[in-house]
Amino acid sequence: MVLAPVPSATARLADIRRELREAPPAKRAARLRELAYSIRRSDLEMISRAGQGHIGGDFSAADIVSVLYFAVLDVRPEEPTWAERDRFVLSKGHAAGILYSALAHAGFFPEAELATFMEPLSPLNGHPNRRKVPGVETNTGPLGHGFPVAVGMAVAAKLDDSDRRTYVLTGDGELQEGSNWEAAMSASQQRLGRLTVIVDRNRLQQGAATEETSGLDPLDAKWAAFGFDVRAVDGHNHEALYQALSEDRAIDDRPLCLIADTIKGKGVSFIENRVEWHHKVPTTDQTAAAFKELTAR
Amino acid sequence: MSTTTVAVELHDCRKAFAETLIELAEADQRTVAVCNDSVGSSNLKEFQQRFPDRLVNVGIAEQLMVGVGAGLANGGRIPFVCAAAPFLTGRALEQIKADVAYSRTNVKLCAMSPGFAYGQLGPTHHGVEDFAWMRTLPEMVVLAPADPAETREALHWAHQYDGPVYLRIGRTKVPDLAPHVPFEAGRATRLRDGRDITLIGVGTTVSAALTAAGKLAAEGVDARVLNFSTVKPLDEEALLAAAADTGRIVTVEEANVHGGLGSAVAEFLAARTPVPMKLLGVRDEFAPTGSPAFLSEYFGIDTEAVVRAARELTGAGQGAAA
Repeated sequence: MVLAPVPSATARLADIRRELREAPPAKRAARLRELAYSIRRSDLEMISRAGQGHIGGDFSAADIVSVLYFAVLDVRPEEPTWAERDRFVLSKGHAAGILYSALAHAGFFPEAELATFMEPLSPLNGHPNRRKVPGVETNTGPLGHGFPVAVGMAVAAKLDDSDRRTYVLTGDGELQEGSNWEAAMSASQQRLGRLTVIVDRNRLQQGAATEETSGLDPLDAKWAAFGFDVRAVDGHNHEALYQALSEDRAIDDRPLCLIADTIKGKGVSFIENRVEWHHKVPTTDQTAAAFKELTAR
Repeated sequence: MSTTTVAVELHDCRKAFAETLIELAEADQRTVAVCNDSVGSSNLKEFQQRFPDRLVNVGIAEQLMVGVGAGLANGGRIPFVCAAAPFLTGRALEQIKADVAYSRTNVKLCAMSPGFAYGQLGPTHHGVEDFAWMRTLPEMVVLAPADPAETREALHWAHQYDGPVYLRIGRTKVPDLAPHVPFEAGRATRLRDGRDITLIGVGTTVSAALTAAGKLAAEGVDARVLNFSTVKPLDEEALLAAAADTGRIVTVEEANVHGGLGSAVAEFLAARTPVPMKLLGVRDEFAPTGSPAFLSEYFGIDTEAVVRAARELTGAGQGAAA
């Protein structure tokens, strides 16, 4: 039940992070892209094997999660509750697969464990559980929970007078939950400059386009009105994500909102931008074809 | 076994709550308070003056409030999340489930003014579902101290306990129920011994049970009185002893009987050693307009109702009535 870290994972992850930071942008982007496609491939295998999962939202967020875990977050896989770690909250908890894949690649637990995804008694439930999976900060699944908890984490850091940073990834459909806007008001009121909200703006929710249900546009103006420093970023451009997520924002007490334009299912042509792939499971043939595409890129 | 008497002077447990929270904040830097624009109604004014940085007022936003509590706990703080009982529990129930209980975060949920404290304001403002809701959440400890001294002790206990705690802090004034034994979650206290029937109270209803026992004694009914300040985990030992020694049990609570303390006691005893019981509490009905005292009488959770229930169970007074 308890997942043990991979030996020397902390040092290995710190090395990767340092190398990426010191690398020229083109080299850094290439390496981050390679890592993002690697976690996509693991995720595809997990979902195909489990016969369940959320491939569309996983692939949409894969590049963001990859940049965070391998280049940005100061975390220690062998000491997952180290007090001064940066916090990452996956508010769109149904994208658990891509988080597990990233955590395993970062060494929080062995990659072999990914094969147990959604198996009976596996720690790798369909939605993340902090008590079972090292590296998970708070249990998510129902939408609109992660951002409020992240606000609390950022307040705690401020009370500690700590430089640690808090990141939260929300889906765009998820922003239809009102609790997010409670959190947005509070975050700017409390001047949480080291808090970053990343919106995975793929424009699709489970059953339809966001703009056809309870539309969010103009999304940037909404966040700005709530007191955020708002930036748009290509959610699949690794260097742009790296620059936006690694910036030292100590001088700005406004929280940051990064609206990441993404493509749901990014990386596999027949999955991209199709609403049914929110939680559709690929057939054996589709898995092989998808794996090929994810390897070729 | 000492016999407790009901004191005349009545107290608002929120005063003891506020004083104790300040003590805890003085003694431990990790202590923080989180509230929803309830600095006044949660009695946090002095806390705010003493520890302005450690009072997080999130505004009128209960879902956020509970999430912020969970986030503060993630950062090593011990948050006391304070709000009126109906809104803390009802409005943020999913946050309490996912962010606090399921995540097992070290959050202390302080439900102020529960039961019929806001009697005339209507059922939207009555906190009577909380025992049922909180009791069904794994990991959650559910406490309802009965007087100021027990409120202090329950807060100290919650502070040192590493995990989620729900604390029901009454606003309806209650008498001191001394003498006390050191508070421990999961342990009921026997305020009066008796062989004929056991009266079980919780929070504001303990004094009604105790007063009822005095009246029953005059009628020749020897009633045991238990203060069940922990709704979860139950003091199973005390219940088995009550069933074995007295054979009949009355529970009385300022909460809905469906899923409340009475349900908990009945569920446990049904599987172990069923005894005749009467469950006094709020029926399956939204309350009419009325003061807390009126509603206590209306729903039959006052002293007279406890006496009547005990008479019915023991058959006492039937000769006189016939």
